[in-house]
This record gives sequence, structure tokens and C-alpha cells, in this order.
Amino acid sequence: MVKFIEGDLQELHRERVSRMSAWKARMRFIIDVLLLFRPGIVRTPSGCRNINQFDMIGNHIKMGWRVLLRTKGYSAINVGGLAIGMAVAILIGLWMYDELSFNKYHDNYDSVVQLWHGETNPETQEISGGLAMQFAVAGALKDDYQHYFKHVIKSWWTGDYTLATADTKFRRKGKFMEPAVIEVLSLRMLKGSQASLSDPKGFILSESTATAIFGTDDPIGKTLKIDNGIDVHVTGVYEDIPTNSTFGDVQFMGTFAQIQQLKPWIGKDPSDWDNTYQQLYAQLQPNVTVESVNAGVRNLYQKYLPDDLIAYRDKYHPFLQVVPMSTWHLYSELENGKPAGGRIVFVWLFGIIGAFVLLLACINFTNLSTARSEKRAREVGVRKTVGSMRTQLMAQFLSESFVVAALGFVIALALVALSRDLFNDVSGKKIALPFNNPVFWGTALVFLLVTTLLAGMYPAFYLSSFRPAKVLKGSLNAGRFASWPRKVLVIVQFTVSTSLIISTLVVYQQVQYARSRPVGYNRQGLMSIDLSDQEYSGKQDVLRTELLASGVVHAVSFSSSPVTAIWNSTGGYDWKGRDPNFDAEFAVCQVTPDFGATLGWKVVEGRDFSADLSTDTTDAVVVNQAAVNYMGWQHAAGETLIDINAEDGAIRWSKTIIGVVEDMVMESPYEPVRPTIFYYKSQSASLMNVRIDPAVSTVEALPRIESVVKSIVPSALFTYKFVDDEYAAKFSQEARVGTLAGIFSVLAIFISCLGLFGLASYVAERRTKEIGIRKVMGASVATLWRMLSKDFVVLVTISCLVAIPIAWYFTRIWLSRFAYRTEVSWWVFAITGLLSVVVTLLTVSYQSIRAARMNPVNSLRTD
Amino acid sequence: MKKYPLGEFEEIVLLTVGILREDAYGVSIKREIENRLKRNVSVGALQTALKRLEDKGYLKSHEGEATEERAGRPKKYYKTTAYGMKALAHTKSTRDELWNALPKVALNLKFDSR
Repeated sequence: MVKFIEGDLQELHRERVSRMSAWKARMRFIIDVLLLFRPGIVRTPSGCRNINQFDMIGNHIKMGWRVLLRTKGYSAINVGGLAIGMAVAILIGLWMYDELSFNKYHDNYDSVVQLWHGETNPETQEISGGLAMQFAVAGALKDDYQHYFKHVIKSWWTGDYTLATADTKFRRKGKFMEPAVIEVLSLRMLKGSQASLSDPKGFILSESTATAIFGTDDPIGKTLKIDNGIDVHVTGVYEDIPTNSTFGDVQFMGTFAQIQQLKPWIGKDPSDWDNTYQQLYAQLQPNVTVESVNAGVRNLYQKYLPDDLIAYRDKYHPFLQVVPMSTWHLYSELENGKPAGGRIVFVWLFGIIGAFVLLLACINFTNLSTARSEKRAREVGVRKTVGSMRTQLMAQFLSESFVVAALGFVIALALVALSRDLFNDVSGKKIALPFNNPVFWGTALVFLLVTTLLAGMYPAFYLSSFRPAKVLKGSLNAGRFASWPRKVLVIVQFTVSTSLIISTLVVYQQVQYARSRPVGYNRQGLMSIDLSDQEYSGKQDVLRTELLASGVVHAVSFSSSPVTAIWNSTGGYDWKGRDPNFDAEFAVCQVTPDFGATLGWKVVEGRDFSADLSTDTTDAVVVNQAAVNYMGWQHAAGETLIDINAEDGAIRWSKTIIGVVEDMVMESPYEPVRPTIFYYKSQSASLMNVRIDPAVSTVEALPRIESVVKSIVPSALFTYKFVDDEYAAKFSQEARVGTLAGIFSVLAIFISCLGLFGLASYVAERRTKEIGIRKVMGASVATLWRMLSKDFVVLVTISCLVAIPIAWYFTRIWLSRFAYRTEVSWWVFAITGLLSVVVTLLTVSYQSIRAARMNPVNSLRTD
Repeated sequence: MKKYPLGEFEEIVLLTVGILREDAYGVSIKREIENRLKRNVSVGALQTALKRLEDKGYLKSHEGEATEERAGRPKKYYKTTAYGMKALAHTKSTRDELWNALPKVALNLKFDSR
């Protein structure tokens, strides 16, 4: 239509020129043109609207595939790098999902809470407290706080118990809670109902436990004997609780009344406000918020504490609060009583690492694509000449990126499937690829698109911006500035990788340091046998004599807590020179005289317990070095320790400290040792410690020991743990972090090196002629190698310099969490820097040397 | 809806194309209307009307040759279609009906029926 209108305008103009002055005619022309802008005849630029879009995309994908095949080497690097990056991101994503969905199995996730009591230390103003509750609190909450709590449930700590049928015995972990727990935790009852625990002898099993014990028989109604102490009837079976739940390892549930029967020392006095025993869980009433509950129950102690505890109340200002289920796993650390952090730090950490690794892979892709763009320049020129618009070209290059990304994604899925078991082992989780979950596929698609865009945007822009005239003439000189985005990206890659490696090294150092901390006793060949089964009571002396007689055992002793944990601590002690306001708290462990010999502790002052001295049974205590420092003494042997009643100072007993032992690491190897008191008590011991004769191997000794124990106590299940395994488990968290971080660092460096490899080969290729000429002029291979590698080494050095302060800062923060920690030494940084440079050189050298050794005849011939 | 939609200006253009017979193209139509009706016609308005008429099916067009005066650009010739003639006839007859229904005395007009 335009040309006809133009013709009309021209004709009119000619006519007008003959009638009026030239410029008037021109004015009329202009007015005519302006008045032509009418909606009826002006149309929007439609460009390529009529093109068949679907066909075009198909063509792009075909082209993308051909490009891939054409340059197999580079494609492999690209796809490989992306696949690894994506696999890492997927694994980390799954891990994060597992962590973040912890406990979400329970329907009442938002309203389940656990009670926590806190108190303020009057001297340090620090708030500390615990989950163990006084017996009376449960009663008070049930009676007077019903408007806040729908259910209040007393619960005993998760523990191992023996479940025995008439002919078999099993050892399982379980909890004893009040009957409403089925509703509160929304357990899915496969057999039985929500009232299954209302029967005083009621007992419910998890599905896997029921199958293990009863096979295909119906477990309902069958009898089990718990720890050879009480009988229960199985009244229900519940679906296994998934492992990503706080209750994930609970394989049976009994009633609280049952555990009170089993362990008679658990308090029963409903007005006991002093001693703390059990956990307390609760479910909030609907529409009640955690904040309002906290405000309401905070002063519970103030209202209810009996008079004899008033002094305690005024000094320590105890308070009660609820901890919601949503914070149990990820925010388990409490700062001043409020959930502050914990595993959430790891979730963030790994999330960031995952994002970075993916970023590295995308940077690789971007770099390689833009670097090789010169090869595609002529193609772009031709396409533009024939009529492509810029958006079409961008669509083409994005499609190519998409093909690479999709291929990478498929390979990544395969990698994840292959490495899943390994990952589960290292991370201690059970992660599965949720192929059934549509959310997974949706996220995967989004992920794929994001990666495509991230990696392909820059090359698409860059490549489609070529001017056809310049490009077709062959004079595309990328110029100095074209390569610096690439250089910056390489620096970013190596900074991230180097920081990761430094961090990993620091984590390893810390774990090693803690592992090599002197433990204070001998961990080798030390077994600890659980005596909670009632059948063991009264048989300790027999056991001891028989075991010693067996010839494979060096020493036997009994204790109230294992050497790898502290189960009891008490206060109310007095000694010479104590500040009357200082309410000391000591860890306590009741032992038999041979305890020292069994463990191999070192007596540094005074003497050990002796079975011969009868006074030792009543009058003697042994303390550790930390206790001596705690009490402010230099020497303790011969001094007296007095146990007093906290309120009125009345003396309950007074004993002599007969010896001081070197500190033993009983709790966390990262924390300082607590002041501990050991005193003699032979009855009601929970564990038997057995030191295997060092001359005998464990493999030989174990069956002998088992047969001796079984001959004395045939009905009990023989369960044992090796102390060195238990101790090693204390490092599991950090060791795990270290291993995972190590793996990811190696992968990050690998990806960065892949990128470097590709870049180096490209650079060498581009400078083929230059190299040829230099060789002809007399340069040696070494000189050429140095020239080609220099650039890259400079880049890596810069990234090391940037990475070092960053890594130093973050590792310092991480280390400050541990009381017992290693220093960050300078050689860690030096080694990492050196490592980076060496790795870079190796990667680049292959290409440089290959280019340098090329026959100049070949390289100069191509033109 | 109107049976044969036709605006006022469009009607004039359509009639003019009919008058010009073989020689109806942009400039000539514009000249003819300006001469006969003594009203100014802008190229834009004319082109819009021509396009609309062609879209409605009242006109058909064919290309002419390029000439020197038009700086090498071709002309577009328009002709009325039978459908277009029907539309004109319909419009005229509706107008006539209305005119006939007017009270003769009030207007004091002469009628000539064609």
C-alpha cells in the first residue's frame, strides 16, 4: 500500500509545484504525510509474524544438535561440565528438601511443641535450661492451662529396650509416652486405633518392627516382655515414621505408666517440683499462637513453686516456654532460651555451595561459547544478510544452549542415580529421586530453563550482535575488551573453588585436632555392655569373677553411665573455701573400684579406689582435674567434699577425696571437660565395662565373653558397644561436613579446570599462526609454553589472593563455635594457592605444549 | 445491523469512483471530489476510505504502471463492484423513502423523482 500512496503524494507535489511556490508545495507535502497517520491505514510492524514458529524451533534444535556433533571435544567439555554442576545442584537440592521437610510427616506440625524450662545464672546473666521437666509441671499444665493445651504428654527419653517373645529377643529403640500421643503425632495406625494405648498394658509397634518380630502373623493381642521386667500386649501397629523426623527411630511406643513400673526410681510424686525427669510434649489448642502460650506459661514456676523452693526461684528466675516442632531440627541451638540456629546453618551453607557449583558450570558454558564465537561469526553474518532478525538469532543460540543443557540434565540424572547410595552414606540420609512427584518434574523443568538462560543469555546476546558487513569481510577483531568478561569469569570460578578447598582443609584440620585430643583413658579393646535388663541385677560379682576367669578379659567394672556420655549431674556440694553463693554443679558417675583399671585412667594425685579398703565404699570419692580447678584448689587429695541440702545447708554426707585423675573426654571433644565426681556404688549399675586383654584379639574375645555372660544370665539379650566406635561417632557430624565439603570442592575445581582446558585450547588455536611464526624465528618450546600459560597463571593467582581473605573470615567464624579448636595456620593458604597454580599449569600446559610442538609448516600453511 | 454499511464520505468516494469509471485512482478521485463538491480532501482520509471500501467489498483494485511523475511508483486503480452498486442503490432508496414521507407543506420543497 505504501508505494501507491507515495506515488500519489509525489504526483500531487509536482502538480502543486507548478501552481504555487516550491516551499509551499513542500509544506503541503509534509502536512499530507502527517495527516496520513490514521489508525485505518497505519499498521504495526509485523516483521516475521507469518513465519511458522514451530518449524523454526525444530530447525534450531536440529542445528544445535549438529553443532554439538561437529565439535565433539568442546561439546563433551561443555556437556560434561554442565552435567556435573547440575548433578551436584540436584543432590544438594534433594538434601535441602529432606532437611527442610523434617517432621512434616506429622499432621499437627504447626501445633506440636515441647516444653523447655530455663533459668538465669545470677552471675553471668546467661540463660540456660533443659528439656527435662519436673513431674509436677505436667499436672499443673493439664489442670489449669487447658485453654492453651489440647494435650499434654509426659514422655521418657528414647532408649534401647529388649522386646522378648516366648522364644526370641529383639533389641529396639522406643519411647514411652502417654496415650494421647497417637493423636498428637498423627500416627497412621495400620492396625488398632487411636485408643490403642489407653489399655494399661497397651503397646504399639512400628510396621517394620512388627514384621521383624512376628513375621506375617497378626501381632495384635500377642504378649511381649520388656527388658525382662514387664509384660505388655500388642494393641496396635503404626506406619513407620520416615527417617526425616525427630521420632524417626522410634520403633515402638509404650505408656508412661509402664516405664514408671520398669524404672521405679522415676519419680511419681505429682507435687515434686524439684527433680527433673522426663520430657513433656504438648499439642496447642487450635488458633492459639506460640507467642501467646509463651506469655501465658512463662511464670508458671512463680505461681506454683512450693515455699521450700522460693529461694531458688528468686535467685534463678526460672521460666517455662514451649519450643515448636518447626524449630526442633533446624533451630535446635538455643541462645538465651530462644531457638537461634543449628542445622539451618548447614542447610544455608550447602545451598550456597550448590548454587556456586552450578554457577561455575554455567560460567564454563558461557566462556566456552563466547570464546568460540569467532568460528560462528561468518554463519551469523550470512544469516543476517539473508534476513534474520536479532531476536531470531538469539532464539537460535538459546535453543542450542537448551540442547546442551537438556543433554547435560539427562546425564546429571543418571549421575545422581548412580551416586545416590554413596551420597546417602556420606550424608547420613535416605534420599531418593522422587520420580513420582510432579512437583519434582516441575522444579526440574524450571531448573533446566534457568540453567539454559543463565548459561546461554550472554553468548546469545554477544553472538547476535555481530555486524554482517564487518564479519563477512573477515575482519572481526574482537579487541582487547572482548576477552575481559571471560577473564573475570575465570577469576570468579577459581576464587570460589579455592575458598572451598581452604574451607575443607580447615574443617579436616579441626576434626583431626579434636580426634587427637588426649582422651584421658585407653579406648582400645574397651567394651560397654548394657545391663538394663532386670535379669542382670544381683549378678554383678558372678559376672565379674567369671569374666576374669575366662582369660580373655583384663578388667571388669560397673558404672552408672558410660564413659562416652554424662547422664547425671547434681548440685548442692560444699567444700573448703567455697563461695557460699556459688551453686556448683558436678557431673557424677557411680562406679565400682575397678573402674580405673578398666578404663586406664591416670591418677595424678592421691590414689585410685581399692576394693580392699572398706572405707572406700562409703567414704571415698575420686574427682577429675577439672573439678579441682572448679573448686579453686591446687591439691585435692585428702580434702573433704560435702553434699548439702541446697536450701538449709544441712549436711547430707561428707566424703574424702582420695585421688585426682586426669581429665577424661566424656562428652564433646570440642568442649572443655566438666568437673566430675566418681564415687563408689555397686548396686543399680547400668553398664558393665570390660577391658579385653590386649594380648587377645577382639574377634577371639567377643564370642568367649558372650558365652560367659549368657551362661550366667541366659535370658537376657547380650548387647554391647565398643567404646572406640562410640567415641568416633562424636565426630560424625563434623567429619560428614568435611567429607561433603571435600567432595564438592574437588568437583568445583574439576569443573573450573574443565573450563580452563577448553579456554586454553581455544586460545592456542587462535594463536596458531603466531606460534608458527615465533617458532620459525627461533623460539623454543619452553619459551612458547611460558608465553601461553602466563596469562592463565596470572588469573589464578589473582583469584587466590581474593579467595584467601574471604575463606579466612568465614573459617574463623565457623571455628569460633568450638571451645576446643585449632588455629587457622598460614600453611593451609599457602598449600591451597600452590595447589591451584599447579593444577592450572597442568591443565593449560597440555594445550600449550601441544600447540608449541606443532610443525610451523602446518600452522602457517592455512591461509 | 445495517444491511449495507456505508459512511457519508465513503458514499461520496464510491460515487466518484463510479463517475470516473476507468480512471479512478488516488489523485484523480481527490481532484474530482474537490472540483465537484468544493471541499478539501486530505490524502489520508481518502486512502482510509478507499481501503475500507475495498475491505467491505464495494470496490476492487488493480495496479497500474509506474510513471515519471510519480517518481517511479505505480498507481492503484479502483472500480466499483456490483455489490458496491447495490449498496449505493440501497442507500439512495432509503433516503428517497424518507424524503417522500416528509410533509410537503412544512418544507415547501420541490420534489423531482428520478
